Amino acid sequence: MPRLSVYFVRASLIHALLGFTVGGLLLANKGVMFSPTLWSLLPLHIEFAFIGWMAQFAMGVAFWILQRFSRGSPRGNEKLVWAAFALLNTGILLVVIQSLFGVNGFALSGRIMELLGLAAFAAGNWRRIKPLEDKPRS
Amino acid sequence: MPTLTRWFLKAALLYLLFALVAGVLLVSSVSKFITGFFPAYFHMLTFGWLTQLIFGVAFWMFPKYSIAKSRGHEWLGWATFILLNTGLLLRIIFEPLNAIAPSLMNSWALIASAILQWLSGFSFVLNTWVRIKER
Repeated sequence: MPRLSVYFVRASLIHALLGFTVGGLLLANKGVMFSPTLWSLLPLHIEFAFIGWMAQFAMGVAFWILQRFSRGSPRGNEKLVWAAFALLNTGILLVVIQSLFGVNGFALSGRIMELLGLAAFAAGNWRRIKPLEDKPRS
Repeated sequence: MPTLTRWFLKAALLYLLFALVAGVLLVSSVSKFITGFFPAYFHMLTFGWLTQLIFGVAFWMFPKYSIAKSRGHEWLGWATFILLNTGLLLRIIFEPLNAIAPSLMNSWALIASAILQWLSGFSFVLNTWVRIKER
């Protein structure tokens, strides 16, 4: 597994734990209400679960297993994918900060960074989605 | 494909099937009898289907932990499977019931469901973390 996939997958597992923790608290609060304001954490649960966990896990595994090039850098432009990793995780952090502390403008900036992150990931891996290369016959 | 992965994938497919049936019911004339079922429907798709599919495939395909324990601590994988499915089934049964008729039993079942589902995520992360290795 390449180093960048290790980063993506480990970050996704951290987000999964955060998402499961918030989700667990929300569900338990439905059973026995211990905080009436807890429901305001729902956007965090969604952010952690869908973007931080599922999307990021898929990106990490895709970078690992998509077809490699026989010439040049085997996984294409890795700088773009590193940028995707940084943008995605900074974006999630900004959305979380606005959700928790109500800092205006952070969620919008965060979502734009997530979008740019996905665009960078797609640009970096687009050409790796291709048929198997024929091996030269000996 | 390891036995545990087959269980994960087959359970995931069953949840997808149940979720699609629930999706039909939720927009049909019987929807008024299943109020409060939408969150359970949504989590059958995201947790029962997608997350469980990821868990199963990751257990199968991720780098080996060691020669002796290629898939890490297999008991943790089985614990993940049992905790996830018990927790989710409790939610599917008791969340709609609690919406219709709140009771002490329904309330504690939801808390148990929350704890079991959280533990399933924790045990998955624990067993998978050590298998994420650079090569």
